[in-house]
Amino acid sequence: MQIIKREGTSTKQIIMIRLIAIIAAIIVSGIFIVFLGYNPVKVYVNMISGALGSKIRFRATLLEMVPLVITSLGILVAFKMKFWNIGGEGQILMGAFGATYIALFVDWIPKPLVIPVMFIVGFLAGGIWGIIPAFFKANFGANETIMTLMLNYIATQWITYLQYGPWRDPDLKGFAKIANFPDHALLPKVFGIHIGLIISLVLVIIISWFLRRTKRGFEISVVGESVSTARYAGMDISRIIITTMLLSGGLCGITGVIQAAGVNKTLTMNVSSGYGFTAVITTYLSGLRAQRVLIVSFLFAILLQGGSYIQSALQIPQAAADVLQGMILFCALGSEFFVNYKVRFRKNSISSEVK
Amino acid sequence: MIPFLKNAVISGTPLTFAILGAMYNEKAGNLNLGIEGMMLLGAVAGFQVAILTENPILALLAAMIFGALGALIYAFLTVTLRTNQSVTGLALTIFGTGLSRFWGKRLMGTVLPESFSRNFRPVSLPFLSKIPVLGPVFSVFLEQDLFVYLSYLIVILSGIYLYYTRFGLNLRAVGENTAAADASGINVTLYKYVHILIGGALCGLGGAYLSLVYVPSWQDNITSGRGWIAIALVIFTSWSPYRAFWGAFLFGGLDIVGFRIQTLNLPISLNQHFLRMLPYIATILVIIVGAIRKSTSHMPPGNLGNPYFREER
Repeated sequence: MQIIKREGTSTKQIIMIRLIAIIAAIIVSGIFIVFLGYNPVKVYVNMISGALGSKIRFRATLLEMVPLVITSLGILVAFKMKFWNIGGEGQILMGAFGATYIALFVDWIPKPLVIPVMFIVGFLAGGIWGIIPAFFKANFGANETIMTLMLNYIATQWITYLQYGPWRDPDLKGFAKIANFPDHALLPKVFGIHIGLIISLVLVIIISWFLRRTKRGFEISVVGESVSTARYAGMDISRIIITTMLLSGGLCGITGVIQAAGVNKTLTMNVSSGYGFTAVITTYLSGLRAQRVLIVSFLFAILLQGGSYIQSALQIPQAAADVLQGMILFCALGSEFFVNYKVRFRKNSISSEVK
Repeated sequence: MIPFLKNAVISGTPLTFAILGAMYNEKAGNLNLGIEGMMLLGAVAGFQVAILTENPILALLAAMIFGALGALIYAFLTVTLRTNQSVTGLALTIFGTGLSRFWGKRLMGTVLPESFSRNFRPVSLPFLSKIPVLGPVFSVFLEQDLFVYLSYLIVILSGIYLYYTRFGLNLRAVGENTAAADASGINVTLYKYVHILIGGALCGLGGAYLSLVYVPSWQDNITSGRGWIAIALVIFTSWSPYRAFWGAFLFGGLDIVGFRIQTLNLPISLNQHFLRMLPYIATILVIIVGAIRKSTSHMPPGNLGNPYFREER
């Protein structure tokens, strides 16, 4: 058996391989569902209708998609540079922290400006959380995967500290919670969905343009491809790493602002709820393309929303969706191999060598 | 103080197993972010078998097998199919969390039979605690249950295995410089598979300690992030099985100090949330200092996280 790198796999082949992977995931999960005593067809149908079956459900799916899209864009910018940012969770929380500070504790800003200022401060707060590992990576080559992971926990403890300590709402006795945002700090709605959806779509276009058409965006790919090439070309690598992580962390920070001001109406740990990690997967599956992030995030949103629906409709624990998600991930990841490599079985090694 | 330290050992035990599990993965050059998932798989499988058979050996065996099964998925994907390690690890955590919650729904509220729990009562080594000054110190470590003793045993065996056997040396070579190890005739794929699986089995045991002894009942997300803490602590304890034990002990103590800090009447007011940040800050500092000094000891295996394709050298 021999493994050969594929040269220029055609789009048709790639689509076929991906389809086979998804079908494999559905079959494997189906066997699992049967094993647990449920009808897999019924479960799948309910998941789809739970995510897309009515206006309200579709809205919920879109709401689930927004944080995934924006966080994925942030992660994507870093991954393009081969900077393995798995600190999305922390960057989301810090972004939400910045926005909450403006919403609750700064009263001199004119009311119509509060939301724009929240976005700016949230972007910067998330960005700073991204710059910390970038600085040490750029200057000393310190491992960014571990540092971004550690910063998640520090952010988590910081938010918990605020929630139980100085920012605890004194009006709620016996229940540690940060006060709800005032009305002028909540995101306005368009067609029943907060403006985060529009922001996320605009950001997809901007980031896609930025990475493909601008000098800065090109520099990111060059550093990602080869640091030495970038150095020979005279690029300031340190600056590129740090500004890129400002953008990466900042985008995650914007997710935090949107989740706090649009969904939770305050700062809680639910603001991040795993989006930082899920986005790593959606970004990877999108093949680091901004437009595909939108598609992959939408499919994931269906999975998440459908999962919470089957819990109420069929009394199947929501965790079933996580299992399904895991199976699909395994199959999708595994299919990557068949996109990039060809397995050839051969009997006589010499004869095929001659060809 | 002595009861507190004793509890720190207990609370550190799941971490000891998980750190060792993560360490075996990383020694083979794989940064596995699926530790949390494998712990949860072990926790739920161990608990289920304990309920069914009331047999502690079978329960631990089940925990190890399910932890290793999770690791097998990870190993197949990252080693054979060459997928991205971080992404695959995250997928494993999502899968393990989901499966354990699904499975655990039926175990919720079930109580472990007395005949089972009896096996995990503290057993003291009789003569040691009678020694005048050192007695209380010994009792911290040596008045524990058998599961804790198992963790000591695995720490010591891991130390011997890694530093005094040919297999351990080969394993470290695979993690440090995969291409050189391959060229010298070491079966890289086999070494990676075996040690990722051993790592998974240890993570499964760590999870089982939580569901069988520490809690002991089933609750969702019973590991509550310990798998992630373990990934941090592998670095904090710089890939040494002995330091892994002390790191787990330290963090086990930090984990329970929050409950006690109010009753201790400390001269300075320490906030428990800031205390809990300390290990993470320390880990970051260790990485930064190590990177600045470019030291090779206390540093990650050279090829940690890098995929290895023989054809692409």
